[in-house]
Amino acid sequence: MADEATPAEAAPPSVLELLGQAVASIPGVTGIRIEGGELVAQAARDSLPPVMTMLRDHPRFAFEQMMDLCGVDWPERTERFDVVYNLLSVTLNQRVRVIVTTDAVTPVPSIHTIWPVATWWEREAWDLYGIIFSGQPDLRRILTDYGFEGHPLRKDFPLTGYVEVRYDEDRKQVINEPVRLTQDFRSFDFLSPWEAMTTLPGDEKVYTERAAEQAKG
Amino acid sequence: MSENVGIIPSARTVEIDSHSINFGPQHPAAHGVLRLILELDGEVVERADPHIGLLHRGTEKLIEYKTYMQAVPYFDRLDYVSPMCEEHAFALAVEKLLGITAPDRAQWIRVLFAEITRVLNHLLNLTTYALDVGAITPALWGFEEREKLMEFHEAASGARLHANYFRPGGVSKDLPAGLPDKIAAWAETFPKFIDDLEGLLTNNRIWKQRTVDIGVFSAEQALAWGFSGPPLRASGVPWDLRRSQPYDKYAEVDFQIPVGRNGDCYDRYLMRVYETRESVKIIKQALAKMKPGPIKVQDRKFSPPARSEMKRSMEAMIHHFKLYTEGYHVPAGATYTAVESPKGEFGVYLVADGTNKPYRCKIRSTGFAFLQATDVMTKRHMLADVCAIIGSLDVVFGEIDR
Repeated sequence: MADEATPAEAAPPSVLELLGQAVASIPGVTGIRIEGGELVAQAARDSLPPVMTMLRDHPRFAFEQMMDLCGVDWPERTERFDVVYNLLSVTLNQRVRVIVTTDAVTPVPSIHTIWPVATWWEREAWDLYGIIFSGQPDLRRILTDYGFEGHPLRKDFPLTGYVEVRYDEDRKQVINEPVRLTQDFRSFDFLSPWEAMTTLPGDEKVYTERAAEQAKG
Repeated sequence: MSENVGIIPSARTVEIDSHSINFGPQHPAAHGVLRLILELDGEVVERADPHIGLLHRGTEKLIEYKTYMQAVPYFDRLDYVSPMCEEHAFALAVEKLLGITAPDRAQWIRVLFAEITRVLNHLLNLTTYALDVGAITPALWGFEEREKLMEFHEAASGARLHANYFRPGGVSKDLPAGLPDKIAAWAETFPKFIDDLEGLLTNNRIWKQRTVDIGVFSAEQALAWGFSGPPLRASGVPWDLRRSQPYDKYAEVDFQIPVGRNGDCYDRYLMRVYETRESVKIIKQALAKMKPGPIKVQDRKFSPPARSEMKRSMEAMIHHFKLYTEGYHVPAGATYTAVESPKGEFGVYLVADGTNKPYRCKIRSTGFAFLQATDVMTKRHMLADVCAIIGSLDVVFGEIDR
């Protein structure tokens, strides 16, 4: 994002780029990018609370609201989880997305002292992904059933789950038992290698040649 | 403490008038399946601990296993009171990742139906809220009016509730002939209904006693607790995504945004009443500005061809087949796209990995933040006020539990 080398006649940086540069200068922010008109900041896990406090309190940012917190699972990475914070400033009408990474055992500092609304979303991220938040006094499950085991939104958790609930007429109570599928779980793979929006290796030649022809004639 | 010598400390009796009760999950004022553990001191609420998830269906997980087009109907089933606004967020998110824009007519239809949905939602909330507080007539009147709007939903999409109407790239089909006139006729008569509804409630002494200065939330609190929509505006924050971050054709319509001052239950009620009036204005403008034209992107890689075309063209047939089996591929990327749903900011954080299915689809439900604040809002209120506060927040468990 460093544009110092660009000549003076280049277009002035947009509002979003200026904001991006300001966010990038906060200690603890390891990188920024603009993705489809949205500012995304990557932050170091341990310096998350000071970064968030700065984003909330500094008049340049004024992100008074945390609109969303969620986990994303990338099982092939060493630090498999992204924790994504979507912040909103109602005074400056701007948004930023802060992302930190973690794995299943390393806690992420809780930010419920900065925005009290974070508590439930942290509980949700714990429930669905098993992401641990340090300093969060109320890390109970929230969406899944009482006594549920496992973290259902992880990519290695099967869609059909492990247990199912039913009412047992003999025992006169609701019981949990292992899932019995009367028919195997069907996952259709419709991904075809032939034609879709994906550009296959070699396909890009068509576009470059077409562009060259258009440039010629 | 010499007087106390001789009194056995363990024999000291302490009178505690504290008990906890279960509010819900099957309670008419719980708006669905809210289980609220209330710790009471007499009849005064000391602590409220909402237990949610009784309607959890794993929507986000299911969406990861469906193509983008198959994911749309799940959004109807989130907030089943305002289905089309939820679809709107997903459609805009997918369009953003695909880099396509819906044609003008589709955008106007979406604005039109988003506003009809807003009226539909507010009618349900205002009337059931009144019902929670003890007024039964608004519900009887309001549901009749809702029925007319449901008919518009049905005429356009074929379904009264689960519409599956807003699709990435436009809307599923054009409005049937005559529907715009019917909507216009309704828009003429509806303000009269709002007047009647207001006549029942706005200056009603009992209604005011039950709602004024109940569940007061300051602007700072509302911001810290992630509020949006009418409850945020009731606290005095002039913020509406339709105005500040306009999507579709909202930049081209003229409407006012009501802002409250006190942040109590009464102001939240007033916000919704005024919003319905503004929605009628938007509906009229949308009807006036709508021009004939295509209602979905004309790129066959994203939107299916007309059935008549499929009978004649082999290519159209192939496109149809591919779209409904494989679906379109969305380039890798992520977006957080939010719309002003009737309840507040409804956002979709969509992560695409370049295949035909979403990698992650996080749904930012509005009521989740509202419900979390009930503990703070109901503190030191009477038990009966809990119903008023929950009613004023407009929570629907389809979206909270997902």
